[in-house]
Amino acid sequence: MGGFSYHRRGKQIIATFSGFEADLLRSLASQLVELLRNEVAAPAESDDPLEALLDFSGPTTEPEDPVLKRLFPSAYGNDEEAAGEFRRFTEGGLRDGKARAASTIIDSLEEAGLPPELDEDGLVIDVELPIPDAEAWMRSFTDIRLALATRLGVEEGDEDFWDSLPDDDPAGQVYGIYQWVGILQETMVEALWAAS
Amino acid sequence: MDGMSAPSPVELDEPEVDDLVAPATPWVTIVWNDPVNLMSYVTFVFQKYFGYSKKKSEKLMMEVHNDGKSAVSSGSREEMERDVQAMHEYGLWATLEKQD
Repeated sequence: MGGFSYHRRGKQIIATFSGFEADLLRSLASQLVELLRNEVAAPAESDDPLEALLDFSGPTTEPEDPVLKRLFPSAYGNDEEAAGEFRRFTEGGLRDGKARAASTIIDSLEEAGLPPELDEDGLVIDVELPIPDAEAWMRSFTDIRLALATRLGVEEGDEDFWDSLPDDDPAGQVYGIYQWVGILQETMVEALWAAS
Repeated sequence: MDGMSAPSPVELDEPEVDDLVAPATPWVTIVWNDPVNLMSYVTFVFQKYFGYSKKKSEKLMMEVHNDGKSAVSSGSREEMERDVQAMHEYGLWATLEKQD
Protein backbone atom coordinates (compact mmCIF):
# COMPACT_ATOMS: atom_id res chain seq x y z
CA MET A 1 0.00 0.00 0.00
CA GLY A 2 1.88 3.03 -1.24
CA GLY A 3 -0.79 5.66 -0.75
CA PHE A 4 -1.15 8.69 -3.01
CA SER A 5 1.31 10.36 -5.34
CA TYR A 6 1.21 13.25 -7.78
CA HIS A 7 1.24 12.33 -11.43
CA ARG A 8 2.93 15.34 -12.98
CA ARG A 9 2.02 14.74 -16.59
CA GLY A 10 -1.64 14.02 -15.94
CA LYS A 11 -1.84 16.71 -13.20
CA GLN A 12 -3.69 14.17 -11.09
CA ILE A 13 -3.29 12.49 -7.73
CA ILE A 14 -3.15 8.74 -8.17
CA ALA A 15 -3.33 5.68 -5.92
CA THR A 16 -3.84 1.96 -6.24
CA PHE A 17 -6.05 0.02 -3.84
CA SER A 18 -6.91 -3.62 -3.49
CA GLY A 19 -10.61 -4.41 -3.84
CA PHE A 20 -10.72 -4.98 -0.09
CA GLU A 21 -9.15 -1.58 0.69
CA ALA A 22 -11.41 0.24 -1.77
CA ASP A 23 -14.47 -1.50 -0.32
CA LEU A 24 -13.39 -0.54 3.20
CA LEU A 25 -12.93 3.12 2.22
CA ARG A 26 -16.34 3.14 0.54
CA SER A 27 -17.91 1.66 3.65
CA LEU A 28 -16.29 4.29 5.92
CA ALA A 29 -17.37 7.13 3.61
CA SER A 30 -20.91 5.72 3.39
CA GLN A 31 -21.19 5.54 7.16
CA LEU A 32 -20.12 9.15 7.39
CA VAL A 33 -22.76 10.24 4.85
CA GLU A 34 -25.37 8.28 6.76
CA LEU A 35 -24.37 9.86 10.07
CA LEU A 36 -24.41 13.37 8.59
CA ARG A 37 -27.88 12.81 7.13
CA ASN A 38 -29.22 10.78 10.02
CA GLU A 39 -29.55 13.02 13.02
CA VAL A 40 -31.34 15.80 11.21
CA ALA A 41 -29.87 19.25 11.63
CA ALA A 42 -33.22 20.41 12.93
CA PRO A 43 -33.97 23.75 14.52
CA ALA A 44 -34.80 23.84 18.21
CA GLU A 45 -38.38 22.68 18.76
CA SER A 46 -41.06 25.27 19.11
CA ASP A 47 -44.30 24.94 21.08
CA ASP A 48 -46.13 26.74 18.31
CA PRO A 49 -46.81 24.19 15.53
CA LEU A 50 -47.16 26.86 12.85
CA GLU A 51 -43.91 28.51 13.88
CA ALA A 52 -42.19 25.09 13.93
CA LEU A 53 -43.38 24.32 10.39
CA LEU A 54 -42.32 27.70 9.10
CA ASP A 55 -38.85 27.60 10.62
CA PHE A 56 -36.46 26.44 7.93
CA SER A 57 -33.37 27.68 9.65
CA GLY A 58 -30.62 25.54 11.13
CA PRO A 59 -30.17 24.14 14.62
CA THR A 60 -29.02 26.31 17.49
CA THR A 61 -27.94 23.62 19.96
CA GLU A 62 -25.04 21.16 19.84
CA PRO A 63 -25.72 17.78 18.22
CA GLU A 64 -26.34 14.85 20.60
CA ASP A 65 -23.94 12.46 18.90
CA PRO A 66 -20.34 12.89 20.12
CA VAL A 67 -18.98 12.49 16.58
CA LEU A 68 -21.26 15.22 15.22
CA LYS A 69 -20.39 17.36 18.23
CA ARG A 70 -16.71 17.07 17.26
CA LEU A 71 -17.40 17.71 13.56
CA PHE A 72 -19.48 20.79 14.39
CA PRO A 73 -17.89 22.25 17.52
CA SER A 74 -19.15 25.32 19.29
CA ALA A 75 -17.63 28.44 17.68
CA TYR A 76 -17.83 30.54 20.85
CA GLY A 77 -16.35 29.11 24.02
CA ASN A 78 -18.42 31.04 26.53
CA ASP A 79 -21.26 32.72 24.69
CA GLU A 80 -24.08 30.24 24.20
CA GLU A 81 -26.31 32.65 22.35
CA ALA A 82 -23.66 33.66 19.83
CA ALA A 83 -22.71 29.98 19.42
CA GLY A 84 -26.35 29.14 18.70
CA GLU A 85 -26.64 31.88 16.09
CA PHE A 86 -23.41 30.77 14.41
CA ARG A 87 -24.66 27.18 14.36
CA ARG A 88 -28.00 28.21 12.88
CA PHE A 89 -26.28 29.81 9.92
CA THR A 90 -23.42 27.36 9.36
CA GLU A 91 -24.21 23.80 10.43
CA GLY A 92 -26.50 22.93 7.52
CA GLY A 93 -23.94 24.04 4.95
CA LEU A 94 -21.08 22.33 6.77
CA ARG A 95 -23.04 19.07 6.91
CA ASP A 96 -23.76 19.24 3.18
CA GLY A 97 -20.11 19.98 2.39
CA LYS A 98 -18.85 17.06 4.46
CA ALA A 99 -21.45 14.70 2.98
CA ARG A 100 -20.46 15.84 -0.53
CA ALA A 101 -16.77 15.25 0.18
CA ALA A 102 -17.49 11.73 1.47
CA SER A 103 -19.65 11.07 -1.61
CA THR A 104 -16.70 12.10 -3.78
CA ILE A 105 -14.72 9.20 -2.28
CA ILE A 106 -17.55 6.77 -3.05
CA ASP A 107 -18.05 8.10 -6.60
CA SER A 108 -14.31 8.07 -7.43
CA LEU A 109 -13.94 4.46 -6.27
CA GLU A 110 -16.98 3.29 -8.21
CA GLU A 111 -15.93 5.16 -11.34
CA ALA A 112 -12.54 3.43 -10.99
CA GLY A 113 -14.31 0.08 -11.15
CA LEU A 114 -15.34 -0.87 -7.62
CA PRO A 115 -18.53 -2.95 -8.09
CA PRO A 116 -21.59 -2.43 -5.84
CA GLU A 117 -20.83 -5.75 -4.15
CA LEU A 118 -17.23 -6.86 -3.83
CA ASP A 119 -17.28 -10.55 -4.76
CA GLU A 120 -14.09 -11.23 -6.67
CA ASP A 121 -10.56 -11.76 -5.43
CA GLY A 122 -7.58 -9.96 -6.87
CA LEU A 123 -9.46 -6.84 -7.91
CA VAL A 124 -7.23 -3.76 -8.28
CA ILE A 125 -8.67 -0.24 -8.18
CA ASP A 126 -6.61 2.57 -9.72
CA VAL A 127 -7.96 5.98 -8.78
CA GLU A 128 -6.94 9.11 -10.67
CA LEU A 129 -8.14 12.23 -8.93
CA PRO A 130 -8.22 15.78 -10.30
CA ILE A 131 -6.86 18.16 -7.63
CA PRO A 132 -10.26 19.40 -6.35
CA ASP A 133 -11.44 15.79 -5.87
CA ALA A 134 -8.17 14.93 -4.12
CA GLU A 135 -8.74 17.84 -1.73
CA ALA A 136 -12.25 16.55 -1.02
CA TRP A 137 -10.76 13.11 -0.24
CA MET A 138 -8.21 14.74 2.05
CA ARG A 139 -10.86 16.68 3.99
CA SER A 140 -13.07 13.63 4.24
CA PHE A 141 -10.19 11.54 5.58
CA THR A 142 -10.10 14.00 8.48
CA ASP A 143 -13.82 13.58 9.12
CA ILE A 144 -13.51 9.79 8.97
CA ARG A 145 -10.53 9.84 11.35
CA LEU A 146 -12.30 12.21 13.75
CA ALA A 147 -15.33 9.88 13.71
CA LEU A 148 -13.26 6.74 14.37
CA ALA A 149 -11.15 8.46 17.05
CA THR A 150 -14.22 9.81 18.84
CA ARG A 151 -15.89 6.38 18.86
CA LEU A 152 -12.67 4.73 20.11
CA GLY A 153 -11.84 7.46 22.64
CA VAL A 154 -8.37 8.18 21.20
CA GLU A 155 -6.34 10.59 23.33
CA GLU A 156 -3.02 12.36 23.00
CA GLY A 157 -0.07 9.99 23.37
CA ASP A 158 -2.04 6.77 23.92
CA GLU A 159 -0.45 4.80 21.03
CA ASP A 160 1.09 2.23 23.40
CA PHE A 161 -2.30 1.30 24.77
CA TRP A 162 -3.71 0.57 21.30
CA ASP A 163 -0.60 -1.32 20.25
CA SER A 164 -0.85 -3.51 23.37
CA LEU A 165 -4.32 -4.81 22.48
CA PRO A 166 -4.47 -8.44 21.27
CA ASP A 167 -4.89 -8.98 17.54
CA ASP A 168 -8.46 -10.18 17.86
CA ASP A 169 -9.64 -7.16 19.87
CA PRO A 170 -12.18 -5.29 17.73
CA ALA A 171 -11.11 -1.90 19.15
CA GLY A 172 -7.54 -2.69 18.14
CA GLN A 173 -8.69 -3.57 14.64
CA VAL A 174 -10.63 -0.32 14.33
CA TYR A 175 -7.56 1.54 15.59
CA GLY A 176 -5.57 -0.15 12.82
CA ILE A 177 -8.05 1.19 10.26
CA TYR A 178 -7.81 4.64 11.87
CA GLN A 179 -4.03 4.55 11.51
CA TRP A 180 -4.26 3.31 7.94
CA VAL A 181 -6.53 6.25 6.96
CA GLY A 182 -3.97 8.50 8.68
CA ILE A 183 -1.18 7.12 6.50
CA LEU A 184 -3.34 7.62 3.41
CA GLN A 185 -4.00 11.20 4.46
CA GLU A 186 -0.31 11.84 5.10
CA THR A 187 0.58 10.70 1.57
CA MET A 188 -2.33 12.76 0.20
CA VAL A 189 -1.00 15.93 1.87
CA GLU A 190 2.48 15.23 0.46
CA ALA A 191 1.04 14.62 -3.02
CA LEU A 192 -0.96 17.87 -2.90
CA TRP A 193 2.16 19.75 -1.82
CA ALA A 194 4.00 18.26 -4.78
CA ALA A 195 1.15 19.41 -7.03
CA SER A 196 1.16 23.01 -5.78
CA MET B 1 -33.54 58.86 -6.64
CA ASP B 2 -37.08 59.45 -7.75
CA GLY B 3 -38.85 62.72 -7.27
CA MET B 4 -41.08 61.61 -4.41
CA SER B 5 -40.45 63.11 -1.05
CA ALA B 6 -38.47 60.59 0.92
CA PRO B 7 -39.05 60.29 4.65
CA SER B 8 -36.31 62.06 6.47
CA PRO B 9 -33.86 59.66 8.01
CA VAL B 10 -34.41 58.82 11.63
CA GLU B 11 -31.90 60.51 13.83
CA LEU B 12 -30.05 57.96 15.92
CA ASP B 13 -27.92 58.79 18.88
CA GLU B 14 -25.02 56.81 17.54
CA PRO B 15 -21.61 57.61 18.85
CA GLU B 16 -19.28 58.96 16.21
CA VAL B 17 -16.83 56.20 15.41
CA ASP B 18 -13.77 57.01 13.46
CA ASP B 19 -12.87 53.88 11.47
CA LEU B 20 -9.26 54.88 11.39
CA VAL B 21 -9.03 55.23 15.14
CA ALA B 22 -11.20 52.29 16.21
CA PRO B 23 -9.20 49.08 16.70
CA ALA B 24 -9.14 47.39 13.32
CA THR B 25 -8.70 43.81 14.51
CA PRO B 26 -10.50 43.16 17.76
CA TRP B 27 -11.35 39.48 17.09
CA VAL B 28 -9.15 36.40 16.72
CA THR B 29 -9.60 32.85 15.42
CA ILE B 30 -8.16 30.26 17.79
CA VAL B 31 -7.26 26.75 16.62
CA TRP B 32 -7.08 24.17 19.42
CA ASN B 33 -4.95 21.06 19.63
CA ASP B 34 -6.63 17.70 19.13
CA PRO B 35 -5.14 14.21 19.24
CA VAL B 36 -6.31 13.31 15.74
CA ASN B 37 -5.27 15.84 13.13
CA LEU B 38 -1.90 15.28 11.49
CA MET B 39 0.77 17.95 11.82
CA SER B 40 1.29 17.98 8.05
CA TYR B 41 -2.44 18.36 7.43
CA VAL B 42 -2.82 21.27 9.87
CA THR B 43 0.14 23.00 8.20
CA PHE B 44 -1.40 22.36 4.78
CA VAL B 45 -4.73 23.88 5.86
CA PHE B 46 -3.10 27.08 7.21
CA GLN B 47 -1.10 27.43 4.00
CA LYS B 48 -4.02 26.69 1.70
CA TYR B 49 -6.80 28.64 3.41
CA PHE B 50 -4.94 31.66 4.83
CA GLY B 51 -2.30 31.81 2.10
CA TYR B 52 0.49 31.84 4.70
CA SER B 53 4.01 30.71 3.79
CA LYS B 54 4.92 27.13 4.66
CA LYS B 55 7.26 28.45 7.34
CA LYS B 56 4.60 30.57 9.04
CA SER B 57 2.06 27.75 8.73
CA GLU B 58 4.47 25.33 10.40
CA LYS B 59 5.16 27.82 13.21
CA LEU B 60 1.42 28.20 13.91
CA MET B 61 0.93 24.42 13.73
CA MET B 62 3.74 23.92 16.28
CA GLU B 63 2.08 26.48 18.58
CA VAL B 64 -1.16 24.50 18.39
CA HIS B 65 0.75 21.28 19.02
CA ASN B 66 2.94 22.51 21.91
CA ASP B 67 0.82 25.20 23.58
CA GLY B 68 -2.56 23.58 22.97
CA LYS B 69 -3.81 26.50 20.88
CA SER B 70 -2.81 29.30 18.57
CA ALA B 71 -4.38 32.52 17.34
CA VAL B 72 -4.17 31.97 13.59
CA SER B 73 -5.94 35.06 12.25
CA SER B 74 -7.44 38.35 13.38
CA GLY B 75 -9.97 40.79 11.99
CA SER B 76 -13.60 41.78 12.28
CA ARG B 77 -16.07 39.48 13.96
CA GLU B 78 -17.64 38.61 10.59
CA GLU B 79 -14.26 37.75 9.09
CA MET B 80 -13.40 35.55 12.06
CA GLU B 81 -16.74 33.75 11.81
CA ARG B 82 -15.86 32.97 8.20
CA ASP B 83 -12.44 31.68 9.22
CA VAL B 84 -13.88 29.51 12.00
CA GLN B 85 -16.44 28.09 9.59
CA ALA B 86 -13.65 27.26 7.13
CA MET B 87 -11.60 25.58 9.88
CA HIS B 88 -14.64 23.44 10.79
CA GLU B 89 -14.97 22.56 7.11
CA TYR B 90 -11.41 21.22 7.33
CA GLY B 91 -12.16 19.39 10.58
CA LEU B 92 -9.99 21.60 12.77
CA TRP B 93 -11.32 22.59 16.18
CA ALA B 94 -11.60 26.39 16.08
CA THR B 95 -13.32 29.13 18.05
CA LEU B 96 -13.38 32.91 17.85
CA GLU B 97 -13.05 35.39 20.65
CA LYS B 98 -12.54 39.05 21.31
CA GLN B 99 -8.91 39.96 21.51
CA ASP B 100 -7.70 40.96 24.99
